[in-house]
Amino acid sequence: MKRYTPSYVGTVTVYIFIESTEITPEDIAVRAYEIAPRAMVKETCFGLEVTGKPEEVDGIVEKIRAFDPAHIFVKDRGFPPGDPRRCRANLGGARPGFHGHEFELTLIDRISRGLEEDLHPSGAPVPAARSRPRPPLPVDQLEKILSEEEPAHG
Amino acid sequence: MAKVFIYPTTSLILTDLVKRFGHEPLGAAIGIRERVQAAGFDSPPLQITPEEPKKGLKWAAVEVPSGVRGRMAILGPRIEEADAAIIVNDADLAFGCMGCARTNELLIYLLRTKGMPVLDLVYPTSEEEGIAFVAAIRKFLRELGGAKP
Repeated sequence: MKRYTPSYVGTVTVYIFIESTEITPEDIAVRAYEIAPRAMVKETCFGLEVTGKPEEVDGIVEKIRAFDPAHIFVKDRGFPPGDPRRCRANLGGARPGFHGHEFELTLIDRISRGLEEDLHPSGAPVPAARSRPRPPLPVDQLEKILSEEEPAHG
Repeated sequence: MAKVFIYPTTSLILTDLVKRFGHEPLGAAIGIRERVQAAGFDSPPLQITPEEPKKGLKWAAVEVPSGVRGRMAILGPRIEEADAAIIVNDADLAFGCMGCARTNELLIYLLRTKGMPVLDLVYPTSEEEGIAFVAAIRKFLRELGGAKP
């Protein structure tokens, strides 16, 4: 076994996902450097990765989120950007963890809608959230639907 | 500020909402960051060393596979420090190998038996459900109290 010397000790890394039609990752990256020049900011296709001291990163997140609160999302990351154990430049294929983000980003417009309602309530009654998945279709009901759609030949 | 365990532990949506509403989300990234930033012996890809399955014995018996115990070494301490939990019950993205699947079952069991407030949800399938999803999390976190302004 060889010794391991970590890099970026004492820092935090966050992903900033931008699903906004008002602002692009490029605009946000420039703003991030203006807010905290000592933080490391990496622009990506979905947004940014920001690494720095916790207070610097918190400051960047707070100010960037204010640009479009319902469409900018932030998540912690364990690895720093470009870490050879995670970076797809070294591994090939999608970065581990990408598929989880990809899945949740397909739902993010619904969350944005919920946040818009939270920020600017329309006054409409808020429905109760479901806590369990819908039960599967019973077999007898499926048979009934099929028989209605396709009359038996013969 | 309450510490809120999130399941799936890698969820972008839950991490964001918990932090946005003034509390601290507890997910997998924190435990991974601790290991990635600690000096020791090189053990790629996640710096999980042979010590981790031993630490996992606190939450899982010795006959439980080491993959589950190793994962519990990362997530078990997070459950212990959690004040509340949010569980998304139909999280397809939490799908994985048997190690992940059994760890997920153990995690949910431990969260439900700890006796802390737990919010059960499913991912929204429409805009109306999105409004309900965000409102439910907002209400749950407000009731915990102590949110950072």
